[in-house]
Amino acid sequence: MSKYAPKVTVLKKELEEKPGFLKGNYSDKEWWDIPVEFREGNWCFPGKPEVLDDLGFPNPRKWAATDQDWKLPDGWQKIISDGLQSRLKKYRSLKLFLDTCVRCGACADKCHFFLGTGDPKNMPVLRAELLRSVYRNDFPLAEKILKGFSGSRKLTPEVIKEWHMYFHQCTECRRCSVFCPFGIDTAEITMMARELLNLIGVNNNWLLAPVSNCNRTGNHLGIEPHTFVQNIESLVEDIEDHTGVKVEPTFNRKGAEILFVTPSGDVFGDPGVYTMMGYLLLFHHIGLDYTISTYASEGGNFGMFASNEMMKKLNAKMYHEAERLRVKWILGGECGHMWRVVHQYMNTMNGPADFLEKPVSPITGTRFDNAAATKMVHIAEFTADLIHHKKLKLDPKRNDHLRTTFHDSCNVARGMGMFEEPRYVLNNVCNTFHEMPENTIREQTFCCGSGSGLNAEEYMDIRMRGGFPRANAVRHVMQKHQVDSLVTICAIDRASLPTLMNYWNPGVKVYGLHELVGNALVMQGEKKRTEDLRENPMAGFEEGDDDED
Amino acid sequence: MKKVIMPFLMVLLLAIIPFVGVAWARLDYLFGVILPYTAMVVLIGGFLYRVVDWLRRPVPFRIPTTCGQEKSLDWIKQDKLESPSRAWHAAARVLSEVLFFRSLFRNTKAELHEGAHLAYGSTKWLWLGGLAFHWSMLLIVIRHARFFFIMVPGFVDFLTDADALFDVTLPAFYITDALVLAAITFLVLRRLKDAKLRMISLPTDYFPLFLLTAIVVAGILMRYVAKVNVMPVKDQMLRLLSFSFDAPGEIGVLFYVHLFLVCVLAIYFPFSKLMHAGAIFLSPTRNLCNNSREKRHVNPWNAPIKFKSYTEYENDYRDKMKKAGLPVEKQ
Repeated sequence: MSKYAPKVTVLKKELEEKPGFLKGNYSDKEWWDIPVEFREGNWCFPGKPEVLDDLGFPNPRKWAATDQDWKLPDGWQKIISDGLQSRLKKYRSLKLFLDTCVRCGACADKCHFFLGTGDPKNMPVLRAELLRSVYRNDFPLAEKILKGFSGSRKLTPEVIKEWHMYFHQCTECRRCSVFCPFGIDTAEITMMARELLNLIGVNNNWLLAPVSNCNRTGNHLGIEPHTFVQNIESLVEDIEDHTGVKVEPTFNRKGAEILFVTPSGDVFGDPGVYTMMGYLLLFHHIGLDYTISTYASEGGNFGMFASNEMMKKLNAKMYHEAERLRVKWILGGECGHMWRVVHQYMNTMNGPADFLEKPVSPITGTRFDNAAATKMVHIAEFTADLIHHKKLKLDPKRNDHLRTTFHDSCNVARGMGMFEEPRYVLNNVCNTFHEMPENTIREQTFCCGSGSGLNAEEYMDIRMRGGFPRANAVRHVMQKHQVDSLVTICAIDRASLPTLMNYWNPGVKVYGLHELVGNALVMQGEKKRTEDLRENPMAGFEEGDDDED
Repeated sequence: MKKVIMPFLMVLLLAIIPFVGVAWARLDYLFGVILPYTAMVVLIGGFLYRVVDWLRRPVPFRIPTTCGQEKSLDWIKQDKLESPSRAWHAAARVLSEVLFFRSLFRNTKAELHEGAHLAYGSTKWLWLGGLAFHWSMLLIVIRHARFFFIMVPGFVDFLTDADALFDVTLPAFYITDALVLAAITFLVLRRLKDAKLRMISLPTDYFPLFLLTAIVVAGILMRYVAKVNVMPVKDQMLRLLSFSFDAPGEIGVLFYVHLFLVCVLAIYFPFSKLMHAGAIFLSPTRNLCNNSREKRHVNPWNAPIKFKSYTEYENDYRDKMKKAGLPVEKQ
């Protein structure tokens, strides 16, 4: 277990012993009087100077959140204040969300970080007030006359520390915005606050290093082209070992019909690689004319968590590469925030993609009208359509060794609205699927606790607390239905949920949806399959006289 | 509890001002003519200014919060209200928020049970209290139309009669009077009772609640207790509505308290959180279509950025790419 998180028994005891969610006695305190306290496990290491230099981000230096002096640049108050003003002019959302809140409190207990930490400043309303209180200071006269009336305050280094802490205890998951009567979206506020913090060099290395990598090599993990290819080739070998089928992905191939883009975590990370194997099997099964790019080799977009410009910059590669390779349209893999960007931002930022064609499935002939302008289709939509048209030979019994539940990824749920497709696919590739309680799925789904660039090892304490509501819902189906497999369509989930499950629900494994598709696909020319893609034995396929070796 | 007492005292002080002003200083003209006009100008002008100020700012991206299935494959049922793909879907979504507080209806209450077990129960109290409060306020305002028109519109009469269904007092008792007071009491008490709400509440949250209470109480006292003569009141309101600057007749001082507090509310409105009344129509997570993959939306300030092009990438990695057997543009 990580040295950055308390033992699970300690955390459990803490949650049990203090009734109610608000930990501590706040009867005589106002929130703005509570100091922030950085300790091991609740702050991410700041951006390394070389990373900042590479990105052209301001104020590169060595510092730590636990330092007294954060070495903010000269005139930082003005930088923040000007930065806020210019963003208020560019985003109606920011202005509205700062002006509108009536503090009704409907959002208070909707945030996974609040439920897990009991820290009042993790109530979405207070998270926004951290910024709002400074924004309101624009009316100093009224504040002078009616001191303390409007809840405004001056911008001090303490406020910056508070922002750093709490805008990194928000994963931009938008769960609060589902419940807000005015639709106030804390994600918008967090995005802006993080942009402001980046202006003065208050940042997070785990978030910025991938941005820098992605800019340089095309993907977050910083994999160079030859290594990228090698890694997929090794997955191809694994597939051949397991199934006897040789799949043949191509790279940077001009004239392919479809460009396939997925998060680099699927190429390099465990258990993401098994999902990648699932994609490769699927494409082989249907004889898809596709190619993978080593340049546009990242579906995810950590730029989104740093600034609008960075998001646009990183995402631009997809269209640029699609145009160069003269493909017809783009197919996107399983990822959460990638799909927030692709679905809600991409065409506006990087479009129009006139050089592409309206996506049509070459197998079923289905026209994806919902992607007519962006020309990018989600793999779950694509596969659901294939299954609906009975184009896949599936044996769901091959997943009988798994008892599954499905985790809706925040961005796909609340930033895209894709709920049915993955469930349809899942129900067709496995026989045992149980939903978590209704207040924890679909649009009310809980974040993994590590989204938006917070998946850092040194942040384990906060991550395990933030993931508590999700883990708790999994525990519910684990106890009630003996669920042991958490299926998801997000690369961050695949990276972070295994740790969360090991912490709260040992025994539960995390799967990508297309890994299960890969298990269930009956491939032409395959050998007798007794193991799944992870080389775990399948249930009901383990006859003694197997002819392997 | 400074943040509760301070707005309470402010409202008390405000209520005394017209008392002194009219009963002792004889400033009927100020309180009955100048102030109402000023307040209306500030309210209408301020409200418009705020809304226009919001509208002037661009909406760079389509960022609806999708609370239901998107429009995708034709055999999958779309949730048109919660994941709108056409303008009228989005309009219906906004109206459902405005008229029925749809999102608030979803509200849940999280509880931590034994064994660190989280549970979520439905909680409709805030929804119910909020709905009772806002609808009562609306009906009360509509009822007041009888003071502003010589010929009272038919539906106002109808609503007034319906509101006076329980005809137990003289003059007839209005249900909305009781409802609005009950709702305000609930809204204040919940802010005081719940530790979370105590923490997040500001003086600006209590002030409008206390102000409205004072307005309602003054109104109720006028009607049921002091029984202020309504004819001069109506005369004065008709004069104001015809933009006349004639001095008001002899009206009970309680009326001036009521009117003054309404003026304060009107002036306070555009500068405060009460502007949520306008903002709710503009919320970009609710009033936009979830169709940005289907239809291209334009961001007026879409800033040009420089990204690393494929050519630059190939220049960096050409040898490695060639060794890995990857096709290259330039040998």
